[in-house]
Amino acid sequence: MNRNVRRRYASAAWLGVAYLLTLIALIPLGLVLWFTVSKGLPPALHIEFFTNSFRPFGIPGGGVAHAIVGTGILVGLASLMAIPIGILGGVYVAEYAVDPWASWVRLASDVLVGTPSIAIGLFAYALVVVPVHHFSGIAGSVALAILMLPIVIRTTEGAVALIPHGLRESGLALGLPRWRVSLQLILPAAAPGVITGALLAVARASGETAPLLFTSLGNTLFRVDPTQAIQALPLTVYQYALLPYKSLQDQAWGAALVLVVMVLVINLLSRWVLRRQIRLAGQL
Amino acid sequence: MAAVVEVRTTAIPPARRVPDRFRTLTGLIAATAPLILVVIVVILFQQAAPSVRHFGLGFLTGTDWNPVTDNFGALPAIFGTVATSFVALALAIPVGVAVAVVLAEQGQTTIRGILGTGIELLAAIPSVVYGIWALYVLAPWSYQHLEVPISDRLGFIGWLSQPGVRSLFNAALVLAVMILPTLSAISREVIRAVPRGLKESAVALGATWWETTWRVILPSARAGIFGATILALGRALGETIAVTMVIGNRYAIPPSIFSPAYTLASVIANEFNEATGTLYPAALIELGLVLILVTLVVNIVALLLVRSTSRAAGRAA
Repeated sequence: MNRNVRRRYASAAWLGVAYLLTLIALIPLGLVLWFTVSKGLPPALHIEFFTNSFRPFGIPGGGVAHAIVGTGILVGLASLMAIPIGILGGVYVAEYAVDPWASWVRLASDVLVGTPSIAIGLFAYALVVVPVHHFSGIAGSVALAILMLPIVIRTTEGAVALIPHGLRESGLALGLPRWRVSLQLILPAAAPGVITGALLAVARASGETAPLLFTSLGNTLFRVDPTQAIQALPLTVYQYALLPYKSLQDQAWGAALVLVVMVLVINLLSRWVLRRQIRLAGQL
Repeated sequence: MAAVVEVRTTAIPPARRVPDRFRTLTGLIAATAPLILVVIVVILFQQAAPSVRHFGLGFLTGTDWNPVTDNFGALPAIFGTVATSFVALALAIPVGVAVAVVLAEQGQTTIRGILGTGIELLAAIPSVVYGIWALYVLAPWSYQHLEVPISDRLGFIGWLSQPGVRSLFNAALVLAVMILPTLSAISREVIRAVPRGLKESAVALGATWWETTWRVILPSARAGIFGATILALGRALGETIAVTMVIGNRYAIPPSIFSPAYTLASVIANEFNEATGTLYPAALIELGLVLILVTLVVNIVALLLVRSTSRAAGRAA
């Protein structure tokens, strides 16, 4: 066969292999979604699943209301801590990008994103649980806030950096001080991107189990007091999945389904917002 | 009568240098991130102090883990962590790089957009969901269709014998799925940063798609892909929940990759709440300290590699 024809066939074959491997990479996604839906949907179809709390094995009507509310409280408190600090930090990193300090903050955030979440859990345990001698939702939310912070910083930075220089210069030319330019001109223009980043951080925090093991610990009762141990959805999945009782395993799948739906909706939504933002920033 | 025009003759005073308080303030707020990083290491070190003092460097090479006699050594957990991560990398690298090559192609097609979204969603799924899936679906399947056939044929090699549902291999399998998005997303960025000119020159010389990719693009993106690999390694080393659910939790250096094992993170996850006394919790925290120090080094090296490639590409362009 002609050498060039062989080369062309070889190239086409390798392209096929690359696409095949990409499809293989997506098989786990399909399988995880399929099993979470097929095993999680039946238990999640009962209204008790969302309105009741833990019931011991054998007593029907158990649910995960305590875990859903607990996750809401934990993530809410963590957001209150991480989002304002993260946004201001991100504005600094983007607006003063040439500062040597900004590149240190950037490096530290990237490293913090990769820090094992279990180590962050140990840290929150030592910082919050040890001094007061009992597990608490606050300790859990501190751990989650540490996980969220670098994500908020980096996404805010990205969103602010997208805003064209012209806007900043117009503000400065009109005599506005730097802080008003950054906070009242640039930040509102970058708002969709910033909100997206905050949402992604919320999604990440809602799914984390390891940092909660030694901090908010988990609870079989419906509790809303963050100074006490609080249940969370990922903890429910982890604890129930390892129990030998079928009904609780089913609830674990149900809780996993709730988590997956929540996380995927947030992610798809934020991708859509982000794409719009990039288009809009291009028009500015 | 000509109008008298008053001409201001006083020179405009030189602009006073106003200290930029906004910069100082936000700079201080941004300092939270580096500060937390330092404080985490300091506090963990302080909490691990009893164990660090008691065992010294022998902690890293000890193989015993006995809360009754208060004798603790980290070697089996370190081995398990490193082994699962490297097996996971070996499985994930070929797939991850192929995904990156496909997604990095210029020109946005619908198919590629859908594939990209899919891979990114893979990263969004919480690790506990991977854990429950691995426990009930992946591990039994892998036992039946991978472990048993492989050990039937190659079981005479010691480390491919003794198949089990809960095993180091199955933990590595789920880890491979979990690090794939990191690997391919960052490799894609690095491949995209390869100057267009290089690719166009190769195509102009008559190179096929495969020749361009294999001989031009991948070699110039090598350092960055290596960085992406190390970054994925960092994720794999620290992953806790999914691994804990399938690895089998046996504190010993496993005789085979199909045997149960333990990792640094899963020992902590399983035992920390039951640990009493002084030395036992301190030893567990020291495991955490080992883990965080290793991942810090791995992450920093990886980030510097990825950054240097992107910057070099920027210069060449």
